[in-house]
Amino acid sequence: MSQQTSNVTFHERVEDALRDQILHVALERTTERFQRLRVTGMGSLPNADAVRDRVRLIRAHTLSRLDAYLEQFAANVERAGGHVHFAADANALNRIVADIARTHDVKSVVKGKSMISEEAELNHALEAQGVRVVETDLGEYIIQLAGERPSHILAPAIHKTKEQVGQLFHEKLGVPVYTEPAEMTAAARAILRFEFLNADMGVSGVNFGVAATGTICLVENEGNGRLTTTAPRVHVALMGLERIVPTLDDLSVMLQVLARSATGQKSAVYTNLITGPRRNGEGDGPDELHIILLDNGRSRVLGTEFAEILYCIRCGACLNACPVYREIGGHAYGSVYPGPVGAVLTPALGGIAPWSDLPQASSLCGMCREACPARIDIPRMLLLERDAATRAGQMPWWLRFGLHAYSVAATRPALFGLAAWGARVGTRILGASNQGWIRALPPPLNAWTQSRDFPAFANESFRAQWEKYQGENQEQKRK
Amino acid sequence: MNPNAPRTIQLFVTCLIETLRPEAGMAVVRVLESLGIRVEFPRAQTCCGQPAFNAGAWDDARAMGRHTLDVLAQSDAPIVVPSGSCGDMLVHHYPELFAADPKYGPLAEQIAARTYEFSQFLVEVLGVKNLKARCAGRLAYHPSCHLSRGMGISAPPRELLSNLQDGELVEIPGANECCGFGGLFAIKMGEISSAMLARKLDAIESAKVETVVGCDVSCLLHLSGGLHRRGSKIETKHLAEILDSYVPTNI
Ligand code: SF4
Repeated sequence: MSQQTSNVTFHERVEDALRDQILHVALERTTERFQRLRVTGMGSLPNADAVRDRVRLIRAHTLSRLDAYLEQFAANVERAGGHVHFAADANALNRIVADIARTHDVKSVVKGKSMISEEAELNHALEAQGVRVVETDLGEYIIQLAGERPSHILAPAIHKTKEQVGQLFHEKLGVPVYTEPAEMTAAARAILRFEFLNADMGVSGVNFGVAATGTICLVENEGNGRLTTTAPRVHVALMGLERIVPTLDDLSVMLQVLARSATGQKSAVYTNLITGPRRNGEGDGPDELHIILLDNGRSRVLGTEFAEILYCIRCGACLNACPVYREIGGHAYGSVYPGPVGAVLTPALGGIAPWSDLPQASSLCGMCREACPARIDIPRMLLLERDAATRAGQMPWWLRFGLHAYSVAATRPALFGLAAWGARVGTRILGASNQGWIRALPPPLNAWTQSRDFPAFANESFRAQWEKYQGENQEQKRK
Repeated sequence: MNPNAPRTIQLFVTCLIETLRPEAGMAVVRVLESLGIRVEFPRAQTCCGQPAFNAGAWDDARAMGRHTLDVLAQSDAPIVVPSGSCGDMLVHHYPELFAADPKYGPLAEQIAARTYEFSQFLVEVLGVKNLKARCAGRLAYHPSCHLSRGMGISAPPRELLSNLQDGELVEIPGANECCGFGGLFAIKMGEISSAMLARKLDAIESAKVETVVGCDVSCLLHLSGGLHRRGSKIETKHLAEILDSYVPTNI
């Protein structure tokens, strides 16, 4: 996966994001609401805990024999008249889609929401070949008009306020400056209807592929997915190769938690189950169905200590729950997949070296693990990545030195006591003018004092107080 | 009080209480002794290594872990830790860190099995829920992340606080959200950490409390550092300091 803004550092992006008042408003309006909806949505599910356990079990089981399930899936797709392609990486995926487009003389493509397409930067690849690409998911459409990238795996335009979207539509589509989301939706809908009718090919994502039947399941709320997959003569479905479930029963378990975790809905407005292309006598559907399975590092992650991140069903709950995501939004991560899941998945797929900042951007508060319907232990993997980053020599020298010195002292109680004494003297001098609170520490510790005072060490350590107390107790006993 | 409860414990006081909030440690000692528990303090204890572990310096964390395990293994008494994050380290992370170590792996499991966070020890082991403690004014409980989501301990501290003789226990809006401390996260990601802290302090101030009570001195220091910078008069207290306010003569 490529880095979006390679010349800007993570810290610079974070600072920009924190300064962006409009972003702040947009995130504030949405993440908190999604979070609330998820809690009520999951609350409405009887035995939610048991269902989550089941989700986790199914994901673990499927990945433990993914090869067999993929084979079964591919065989069943072909039996139903579809084609399956395997793409080792993003370039391979783009090539396969471009070939299909060329074969069918495709001039224009309508697209449903697909993170795989973002991962591969498919739009660029198709456009480079002279193919017109139109995003039809409203959020993706907004992003495409703005020339931006999604900042959330589910709500791609979450970083934009409705006011910004009204202005954008006015500028790009020549419509009045709308203030109500319903008016904007209507404007987009009118344009997109026309695009659907004229498109030669539809490209969609896939939520799950069912091995036993060769069915793909696509969950959405706008109906654009249904049109994308049925109106054009060719349908290309993009899926990560880990998104397999063994049976339709297993799929139903996933569907119990997916919409609830994402938006709090019991089920999404449209749950499309697609098995093969249009058959003789059927009213709609494409002439050809191509399903492309993308690896792009996934098979390498299987069998490592990060395999658990492949349990992810892309519900977005961990993003909405994350206090860091809520402050900085998705773009600051610089990766295709932002938020907690992205902070694990991105280095797992693309290597720790270019992404060593991502696992650091977490207080390890555990909100993501609590929110995740598959109970993925994201904090544990962030820790593993931090360890990996250190071993790859990515820890700042002052920190490496400081922590090592600290550990040397902490394994020698006398030295530890001496160091604590030194720190006490130092901090008490620094805090002397401010009732024992230090207002400014030298770099790099000034990161602390930018927003909070630091307390001077206590006059008398616990140890000293304990000893005094023991002495007094003995005295009393003697009396 | 549970008649089969252990009568002696070892206190793992944590490096932050040792150096920055010793009064919280002394409060723990007094509360436990008031319940007839004998407190041992293994003198060679230092730091559990959690800061290094969290930062990804696992070799350093292991060195501190080995030291801590050696120190705690010298007594069979259960271990009481007045901190959720150090408790989480001892209970969950040591067994993981030493999983492949033939000597310290089994030791880590043994120690984990007899380590309790302070409020957990009171409520779940001793069966003590009401200490007849007092605390005037409005107070709120801050559930620290590593205690509530790391160790899965939510009810015990709230139960103890709901039984105060006086005082008014109120909720901070969004109470379960992180204060932004996160160990070295506060230094490495100072801007994000500061933004999270600002949100938490706004919530605390909106709750109009006089005291914020928690079970992790680390988060409390973070909150009090932020409150002090704002010129706020709101105090932070470790749960033990609140429970220590009134020690019954006999139970
Ligand atoms: S990691 Fe879990 S919570 Fe986050 S998107 Fe994936 S399934 Fe949803």
